[in-house]
Amino acid sequence: MPWKIILFLLLSFVSIAGIAFPIVENPQTWYEFPNIPGLEENAKIIFFHVPTAWLSLIAFLMSTVFSFRYLKRKDLDDDAKAYSSAQLGMIFCILATVTGSVWAKFAWGAFWSWDPRQTSIFALLLIYGALFALRSSIESEEKRATLSAVYSLIAFVTVPFFIFIMPRIMKGLHPGSADDTNAGPVVNFNMNSSMLLIFFLSLIGFTILYFWMWKVSYKSIIYQDKLNKNLIRG
Amino acid sequence: MRNYSVSAIDLNMTFGRRLIFNGINFSFDEKGIYGISGPNGSGKSTLVKIMAGLLTPSKGKIIHKSSDKEIIPEKLHNYIGFVSPYLVLYEEFSAWENLIYYEKIRGILLDRDLVKELLKRFLLYNRRDDLIKTYSSGMKQRMKFVFALIHKPQLLILDEPTSNLDEEGKASAYDLIKAKAEKSIVVIASNEQTDLDLCSETLDLKNYKAVN
Amino acid sequence: MFSKAFAVFQKDFHSEIRTRYAINSLAMFIIVAISVILFAVGQEKISEALTGGLFWVVIFFTAMSGLARAFVSEEERGTSLTLQLTASPSIVFSGKLIFNVILVFCMNTVIALLYAALFESFIIQNFLLFFLSFVFGNIGLAISSTIIAAIIAKAGAKGTLYPVLSFPILLPLILSSVQLTLFALDGTTIEQAKFELAIVVSYDVVMLTVSYLLFDFIWKD
Repeated sequence: MPWKIILFLLLSFVSIAGIAFPIVENPQTWYEFPNIPGLEENAKIIFFHVPTAWLSLIAFLMSTVFSFRYLKRKDLDDDAKAYSSAQLGMIFCILATVTGSVWAKFAWGAFWSWDPRQTSIFALLLIYGALFALRSSIESEEKRATLSAVYSLIAFVTVPFFIFIMPRIMKGLHPGSADDTNAGPVVNFNMNSSMLLIFFLSLIGFTILYFWMWKVSYKSIIYQDKLNKNLIRG
Repeated sequence: MRNYSVSAIDLNMTFGRRLIFNGINFSFDEKGIYGISGPNGSGKSTLVKIMAGLLTPSKGKIIHKSSDKEIIPEKLHNYIGFVSPYLVLYEEFSAWENLIYYEKIRGILLDRDLVKELLKRFLLYNRRDDLIKTYSSGMKQRMKFVFALIHKPQLLILDEPTSNLDEEGKASAYDLIKAKAEKSIVVIASNEQTDLDLCSETLDLKNYKAVN
Repeated sequence: MFSKAFAVFQKDFHSEIRTRYAINSLAMFIIVAISVILFAVGQEKISEALTGGLFWVVIFFTAMSGLARAFVSEEERGTSLTLQLTASPSIVFSGKLIFNVILVFCMNTVIALLYAALFESFIIQNFLLFFLSFVFGNIGLAISSTIIAAIIAKAGAKGTLYPVLSFPILLPLILSSVQLTLFALDGTTIEQAKFELAIVVSYDVVMLTVSYLLFDFIWKD
């Protein structure tokens, strides 16, 4: 239990610090963030938007790993893990898309502009959506597990292609991307150490939160499944 | 040196989280007729599908050997003849065309005399150029026997072989099963007593339900 | 190995000749899709970029209307069990793939010819580049749609599921192919388009490998 309290404190601290710490021209104390030209107050989204985008990727990766494991061992527990990870991934993917496009309205002037990372997260949303559409159309459990595992593996191998193609086809607008004129390379775009610290604390906190949610979610699927079987057999 | 043998080691099959059967061991050697019986839903069709390599068991192994050498799964289909209610031939082709295409897909040369003899024995020779969709269900069932036997399988698996057959069809099927069993293994999965009477050994699946 | 796969193709081809299921619907679909675009465009003169994009829109939806046939027909009629008893999974997949590759080539050649005849701005400046991207794009399209067809056939072939599942998988291919078509229309040299060509070729190779590895799991139920 103690880790849950620590996680609660960590995420509370990250939320308060991320929102309330002031952005000033010349940071004097540790709780002041530097002003990044072109981003100003908008920079604070990094503490919440980036972790959700990161988790939607991690969730997809875990879902693929457990899909692969299902095909190897044919254990329905693995399918429950893959499925619940995909569900969480979808939630985080939607959160990342929404927070990102609200931010984009203020920073770039439009909700959507087909920036490479916007396009990639859109592709990820499509993959998740297709996976759930496939799952809901199959009755038999093992068939559903096998086919969705196969599909997520096929989808997984297409992901690297997006990474290569996107920058060639469209201009990057994200802070830190190659075409961005406002800031430098990705991580150290003028963040000071306290900003970096809170950013990484946020990443760690959200990642632990994901694994916790995942565990609760797949356990509930497995228990529900076993319970149903027992009820049917009387 | 045995011509052909099929043996199961501790077969266990679960669909989802439902156990179908558990701990099946058997060994069928050389020749003879073996039966598989059990109430509906006990997994007769599942077991014969596993035997034919169409399904992979959850646990355990099924081993096919020809001349004491193990047959790899990719080659297995040419050693097996399979009759099942789920078997469907291409309706838009005639019986003869179906057989010729299966010959090519198998990549073997059929003994044409054998094919003709089989068609005659099952009273289909005169209608060999008619499309399958014009056949009655009994004729389709007889056609399945022809399909299962043309490539001279060393293991013949019959799932409910006599459903849809009239007395005459049944008699010729039984004759054929007996003749086939002189040289190779015939496995019959059925609940019909007349089918099971042919078998020298019968595996009753209701004994393999125990959960350990 | 090849002769057996070719026999599966021959069987499908013969069956197609008898039933004319895919050919008829594909041909009608091409006509319908192109005339919808022509009506929508009206007297407007559309740019090269838009023509190149619309070219692939028609290709994608035509492929989605006909290519699932290869596996859905076996599954619907229940003949897949018979096929499982006569051939190993890789042979079945190869046969279906040959069938779909040929179908895709026929259908896309027709679409390209119709485009050249009907759209003023569809003038290919670099023919070799267009040809290369056409060939590799078609192969990639055929591979991905064949493996997805196998999945939806086992899933009970719900009509709308096919484009939904295929689109994310085909998206990288379509994006690069649209780009390559644009290059061919404005006369970019092959040297400059090398990167996109490499993407399309590697997409084909990766998809082919993955499909052969995963097809066993789909085919055996």
